[in-house]
Amino acid sequence: MAVIAEPITKPVSRFHFLLDRRDVLEMVLVAPAILYVLLLVGLPLLLSIYYSVSAYTIYNPTWRFVGLANFEQILQNPTFIQTLVNTFIFTFGSQLLGLVLGKFGAFLLLRPFPGRKFVRALIILPFAVPVALATIAWRWMFDSLYSVITWTLIAMGIVERADAPNWLGDPHLAMLCVIIINAWRFFPFAIVIFLAGITAVPQDVIDAATIDGAGFWRRNYQIILPMILPIVVIGLIFGIVFTFTDLSIVFLLTQGGPVGSTSVLGFEGFQTGIVSGDVSHGAAISLFMLPVLLVVVVLMLRFIRRREI
Amino acid sequence: MAAVLTRNIVKTFGGEVPAVNGISLAVPDGEFMVLLGPSGCGKTTFLRIICGLEKQTSGDLLIGGNNVNEMPPRARGVAMMFQSYGLYPHYTVRKNISFPLRTQRVPRAEIESKVEWASQLLGIGHLLDRRPRQLSGGERQRVALARALVREPTALLLDEPLSNLDAKLRTSARQEIKQFQQRVGLTTIYVTHDQVEAMGMGDRIAVIDKGKIRQVGTPIEIYNDPADLFVATFVGAPPMNIVAQNGGGYLGFRPENFLPKAMIGDDSAAEFSFRVDRSEYLGSERIVYGVMEGFDSRQPITAKLPGAHVAEESIRTGEWHPFAVKKSSLRRFDTSGNRINSH
Repeated sequence: MAVIAEPITKPVSRFHFLLDRRDVLEMVLVAPAILYVLLLVGLPLLLSIYYSVSAYTIYNPTWRFVGLANFEQILQNPTFIQTLVNTFIFTFGSQLLGLVLGKFGAFLLLRPFPGRKFVRALIILPFAVPVALATIAWRWMFDSLYSVITWTLIAMGIVERADAPNWLGDPHLAMLCVIIINAWRFFPFAIVIFLAGITAVPQDVIDAATIDGAGFWRRNYQIILPMILPIVVIGLIFGIVFTFTDLSIVFLLTQGGPVGSTSVLGFEGFQTGIVSGDVSHGAAISLFMLPVLLVVVVLMLRFIRRREI
Repeated sequence: MAAVLTRNIVKTFGGEVPAVNGISLAVPDGEFMVLLGPSGCGKTTFLRIICGLEKQTSGDLLIGGNNVNEMPPRARGVAMMFQSYGLYPHYTVRKNISFPLRTQRVPRAEIESKVEWASQLLGIGHLLDRRPRQLSGGERQRVALARALVREPTALLLDEPLSNLDAKLRTSARQEIKQFQQRVGLTTIYVTHDQVEAMGMGDRIAVIDKGKIRQVGTPIEIYNDPADLFVATFVGAPPMNIVAQNGGGYLGFRPENFLPKAMIGDDSAAEFSFRVDRSEYLGSERIVYGVMEGFDSRQPITAKLPGAHVAEESIRTGEWHPFAVKKSSLRRFDTSGNRINSH
């Protein structure tokens, strides 16, 4: 008879099969990720919390504890309140625009047409282009003299050369520009989310709604949208978290101007803490993001759990 | 409620082979019509054309005497129940059932009374506030049926509604649907690949293969007088035995009519010599497989014998036994497979 397997007869150390044990293997595999989070997220977070309650500046690196004095000073500063408001407008404005564009895009890309695969690949580009490159391109499009957008509007006879919009010079228009660029960066992500959601809705359900007398709009807003809402909300959480903490577009496009009208928390924290060297106030400004984001995330996750189907 | 009439419906999906290749079918008011065929034969496509989810390439469709070729699904007034039911997972049962009424802007009081009526009818009144995922397969099926009925459709279309149920539930659901259809008297078109469902439920059966109707008839006609070899071998389990005849054409007989000669007791019966290869005892019956002397056959010849009353020596395996078929049970087919009428 053929021998299929022979038990190991010689005595082995108790550590010999250590990695065959599930609990040990799990720990070994998950350890790098935990270490990474602790060292590169946890530690800086603790550090910034400590900075925010100290009087630390790069000119006077002291660890002197000052309590909540930094926070009080920030809150008394009217430009900071403006920054906080800007951050909300920037975040929710660009998310809303991105979602609307994403839904339209997803619907267009659902229908079969020649070259659809190519367009689907192409649509990811705004998401993939380095933000610096994209923002510089947009900066030229919004330039006061060379703006191709203004040129087009004039050519179409919509505006006069004399009162052409000064995109980045007007406080409201500048905010609009920042929002447009961020929505442009976000909408491919929204398209992917919507496409994934819509294609996961069973065809039977959509057919049943059609037979039951639902037209295009009712099918979309009473059947498909509620069914894909959980996945859309997850996408939205990501979008909000990334946008709320973002400073790259503002930094590259407007530097927070004109007169602070596009300044956002991330940018303000960077300016105060790194550029001006006032680390403690910079840390305090950045920490304002924490409770806001926490509330947003908790509310949304709760909403999903309630909607779970 | 209305009659459904199709005239020469053709549907092609771009390829050369049409999915539906000229189906003309008349379903009178209140009839339970079953479309029976193997998977991919075009029966579901045909059903989707009737309800308007697909548009036919050519041909006419009349519901209640009106040509509905150009009407969207919601204007046709038909209801459809899907294989996986297509319930709306984010709605409660109540809102699922009332959805077809809400799309038609029926007044709220009327919606409530109709939902009440439909849920009583199907015995799901206690489930109204649950969501579909909290229901069992059988309950989901009833909710889907209630949703289909609530707006009193012109015709009810069912696309393999029992295939998601387990075998035991399927038997009782079959009874329920049939009884229910008789009570309401609704014109019903039922698609299935399961011949037991077709035989048990249909007033008439349309056997479909490769996009064409092979035969329309009552279950008895379909079973006893199949129009061609396809129907003969598709309906019946085990299927009809088909053997090539020497003079061309084919001879067919049902396994239950192929018995040991001693059990027939009719001298005019056609006699065959049958070698038993294998025998399966199934309690109520015994299925015997083997070959017939002097005949070519693609499949083994089967005989279905009453389980208890067979003499052991007449089915001993490996031996030749005299078997016979009554002349009235023999069916003849020509070389192209069509039935030759002997009477």
